[in-house]
Amino acid sequence: MVSISGQAVYMLWLREMKRTWRAKSRMIGALVMPLFFLVFMGSGFRRATLPGMPEGVDYITFLIPGAIGMSLLFSSMFGGLQVLWDKEFGFLKEIMVTPVSRLSIVLGRMAGGSTISLLQGFMILLLSTFFGFRIHSLSGLLTAVVFMFLIAFTFIGLGLSFASRMKDMHGFQLVMNFVVFPIFFLSGALYPVQGLPVWLKPFVYLDPLTYGVDGLRAGLLGTSVHPPLLDFAVLATICAGMVTLGSILFETSDVGQ
Amino acid sequence: MHILEVENLTKTFKKVTAVDHVSFQVPEGELFGLLGPNGAGKTTTMRMLTTLLKPDSGSASVAGFDVIQSRNEVRAGIGMVFQEPALDRQLTGRENLDFHGRMYGMKKDLRKLRIREVLDLVELSDRANDLVETYSGGMQRRLEIARGLMHFPKVLFLDEPTLGLDAQTRRKIWEYIRRMNLEHRTTMILTTHYMEEADGLCGRVGIMDKGRIVALDTPKNLKDLIGADVVTLEMESGDGDIYRGLAFVKDVVKHGNRLSLMVENGERKIPLLIAHAAKHGIEVLSVELHKPSLEDVFLRFTGATLRDREAGDSEKRKMHPPMARRR
Repeated sequence: MVSISGQAVYMLWLREMKRTWRAKSRMIGALVMPLFFLVFMGSGFRRATLPGMPEGVDYITFLIPGAIGMSLLFSSMFGGLQVLWDKEFGFLKEIMVTPVSRLSIVLGRMAGGSTISLLQGFMILLLSTFFGFRIHSLSGLLTAVVFMFLIAFTFIGLGLSFASRMKDMHGFQLVMNFVVFPIFFLSGALYPVQGLPVWLKPFVYLDPLTYGVDGLRAGLLGTSVHPPLLDFAVLATICAGMVTLGSILFETSDVGQ
Repeated sequence: MHILEVENLTKTFKKVTAVDHVSFQVPEGELFGLLGPNGAGKTTTMRMLTTLLKPDSGSASVAGFDVIQSRNEVRAGIGMVFQEPALDRQLTGRENLDFHGRMYGMKKDLRKLRIREVLDLVELSDRANDLVETYSGGMQRRLEIARGLMHFPKVLFLDEPTLGLDAQTRRKIWEYIRRMNLEHRTTMILTTHYMEEADGLCGRVGIMDKGRIVALDTPKNLKDLIGADVVTLEMESGDGDIYRGLAFVKDVVKHGNRLSLMVENGERKIPLLIAHAAKHGIEVLSVELHKPSLEDVFLRFTGATLRDREAGDSEKRKMHPPMARRR
């Protein structure tokens, strides 16, 4: 019988908040990269119009949903992979030997990780107003928030899946280089994917972030490649799949061993 | 009905049988020790008993529940102090304990009360609000012991509780363990490769070597098996056979270039033993006499000293790092 312990989920979430609060510099560090992309690429390509970019939208505005997606992608993957740190410092054993269902542990971790990564996403959104960004409508903002949640949970699930099958932290850089960066570059966060060569297209459509960034553009800019409902349907499906996969892999992993 | 029952427990990693048909029972309230060198299978046994590792075969029950079928019930009834640190270093001591209490479903008032009690027990009350990363190794260990006890476990498992600690801290920790065992009658299972720890602390000791329990009894009974003094001779050559014919030599164990001879009234026999060697043209380089210890018991049952085994183990580790480590 699987039971969920609310107290355990809350405790795991609270622990994540405390740790993050005590390592504020890490949080700020995580904000820097998406901001650099916004500032440097945004100003460098300010006058550029790329084929596939919506009419009347300048590059920096085009880039803002991409930067939010980027920040969510990196911090969520990081949140999922956090298990590896707990493994390295032995704390995971303390968690695993408690009489709390593995599902509660997964939920607690997801609650903590998504809170942190959503906070970062909102900070980017807030800071982007300094680059002249204005929110069109409340419904647009709400659409964007829905997509932010979906992106966060999708990549925490993916991070947790990897962490459950990795022995130690050595693989961390590998995952960053061979999984996270391709997901980022293929998602259309930086440029419209219409311009990519045909052989790359299948990868673009396999990339969950493609639908996430497109959905964010639909909400924040009011323009997207796919209908937002299609983005939502695809991403929500992937998200459910990733969360399930992450939970199953974590529950069946030999983490305690 | 014993609080811990282990029956033919077996675990194999790749080709190494880490735990090989281990069986033993522990009655409630006992302080039971598993003594053996690194790699003897103590930690693997403990991980199976605490549901962190699935046995290949055999069975075990802890506090009335089967460790394979009823993992959650077992987990609820036990406490565990791990060999390696298992604290969140970015949290304070108090927060680590609070985390633990909540994970075990303790209510707020009880949690607060117990945190105060166990912090007092291990004398960490004044450092409770400092981050664990500022703690010394000994303080971290004390905090972990406090945490293991906090939720009133029926059985507390301690994996090498004093590993790497200085003598003074070690004695303190023995004192806490003894007190917990006496005051709450908490059953305790500890592993150690310090024979004086097993001897001084445990009611009964199981001696483990190469995945098996080779002897199990009270430290006194185990030492009585040796029954005499132990004279250890260091020699350039020669084997123990020359002494086997002597009536007063009860047992001979050869290890390296040393011979351990079990004899009554050892101090009076030393001249005879040296003379006997000289008669066979063998020079004795050094002589040592001591009362029997668990080390000698280990030697008698395994033909090696704990230290020999540790050295052998570290050589193996160099050759096959992951294998040796997982044992």
